[in-house]
Amino acid sequence: MSIVEKHKEEAVYVYQAPIRIWHWVQAFAIFALCITGYLIGSPLPSVGGEAYDYYIMGYIRWIHFVSAYLVIVGFVFRVYWAFVGNVHAKQIFLPPFWQIHWWAEVWHEIKWYAMIVKEPKKYTGHNPLAVITMHIMYVWGTLFMIVTGLALYGEGTGPGTWQHSWFSTWVIPLFGQSQDVHTWHHLGMWVIICFVITHIYVAVREDIMSRQSIISSMISGWRMFKDDRPADDQH
Amino acid sequence: MHETFYDVMRRQGITRRSFLKYCSLAAGALGLSPAFAPQIAEAMETKPRIPVLWLHGLECTCCSESFIRSAHPLAKDVILSMISLDYDDTIMAAAGDQAEAIIEETIKKYDGNFILAVEGNAPLDEDGMYCIIAGKPFVEQLRHVAEHAKAIISWGSCASWGCVQAARPNPTRATPTHKVPNMPDKPIIKVPGCPPISEVMTAVITYMLTFEKMPSLDNQGRPKMFYSQRIHDKCYRRPHFDAGQFVEEFDDEGAKKGYCLYKVGCKGPTTYNACSTVRWNGGLSFPIQAGHPCIGCSEDGFWDKGGFYDRLTDVKGFGIEANADEIGTTAAAIVGGAAAIHAGVSVVKRIAQKGDDA
Repeated sequence: MSIVEKHKEEAVYVYQAPIRIWHWVQAFAIFALCITGYLIGSPLPSVGGEAYDYYIMGYIRWIHFVSAYLVIVGFVFRVYWAFVGNVHAKQIFLPPFWQIHWWAEVWHEIKWYAMIVKEPKKYTGHNPLAVITMHIMYVWGTLFMIVTGLALYGEGTGPGTWQHSWFSTWVIPLFGQSQDVHTWHHLGMWVIICFVITHIYVAVREDIMSRQSIISSMISGWRMFKDDRPADDQH
Repeated sequence: MHETFYDVMRRQGITRRSFLKYCSLAAGALGLSPAFAPQIAEAMETKPRIPVLWLHGLECTCCSESFIRSAHPLAKDVILSMISLDYDDTIMAAAGDQAEAIIEETIKKYDGNFILAVEGNAPLDEDGMYCIIAGKPFVEQLRHVAEHAKAIISWGSCASWGCVQAARPNPTRATPTHKVPNMPDKPIIKVPGCPPISEVMTAVITYMLTFEKMPSLDNQGRPKMFYSQRIHDKCYRRPHFDAGQFVEEFDDEGAKKGYCLYKVGCKGPTTYNACSTVRWNGGLSFPIQAGHPCIGCSEDGFWDKGGFYDRLTDVKGFGIEANADEIGTTAAAIVGGAAAIHAGVSVVKRIAQKGDDA
């Protein structure tokens, strides 16, 4: 058995409090959105009686819309925080696509997951593969869901409302018709779900196997390291 | 000049009292306040009837069938009095060369002042040979008449979107009016539906006669007064939807009780039309009231949105057909499975590595 070498537990404050709150609000809102969204497309078994006895679809849709607004407000706030927050807050919005050595690090990370290299690099912020995944699947995925979601919501609020004027009027014809937007909104949910599965699995795995803390950092904000060699990102 | 609507009505022995009643009804049908009734009456009394050329491309005549059943206003009033339906090969008395001559005559007499109503659409493949009118491709007749028209009404889903003949794979390349290449730049009103509601059709014409302008259109070219809300928004079964009471199968208890048809594929939530308010056959009923889900006939490409009895659309192009949730579940299962396998391999590797280190 090997023993973890003794090393200095130097910690860096990475995730500021607003980011952490945002992360967990998003997590719960997305969870609620997926469950209720699925149930809107494929409702629960019918109940009997009179219409005034129940409001099941009504509540399901209400939870969906409230959670959706949490995600929207959270997303707007998150973009704002990318400007005013620390350097790590900008990462998922702007992957350095133009840097060749960054791509080399992406490749190294892929090899680490393919178990070709024995040791991952050490990062204070996100590793480059995480940045790409979060940028494409989370940032663009969420934006897609917000835009299509507001377009569908605007159909209910009707002409003259901001949701309808700003979103429904152009999104619905862009996809063909309302039914197509529904289909794409469903597909978008599954992209987000695939992201969530990957995100949680990788966070757990990295927490155990990489050279830095992952899960606890999103709770405390502090990144801990398992060795005291220098980090590979410039932060 | 054609005689006015009022002249014709009086000639037919209709009293002024009945005429004014009709004007109030027309105002109601258009969603206008009663204050507009005198304005409609004045228009009917003073304005010459609008000449209309009603052309038929690839179609099934369901738009005409619907139109002649209009109750408010009565189709006979519209056809015989309000408009001057100069050409409509389905219901006109003339035939052959005489019928075709009327088109040229109207163009000559009312150049730029008549309305072109298009029922059906033009197939473009093989130079339009799939639809021949009087020995020529329909698409040529359409362009020619459009050149001289004041405005174009695209009756029904064929002329508005393409409908069944344009359904995948659209073998004749049937093309809706606004997408026909080299069409003269004329305002086009889409009145989609398969067929459109008769009262909607006559109301659009009444509006244009009364106010001498196009009704207010949404950004897809449909009259806002009839197409700005979904069937679902005004459906009388909506409370059952909100409650979570659904018809699961057509012969179940829910079907007997008139529950929401969402789960048996109702497209009401994605269909813009006035069926749930104006209804059909003089306000008698509409599909959902008869216990059948809406099939979304006034929506673009409704034939290609999967089964009429499925709520979720099948997505083509995966080799097999699957709806978004089936595709998504498969993707999530693959990702989840991959993660599980990856985790397993990671553990094995780690143990092996530790074995090496020891």
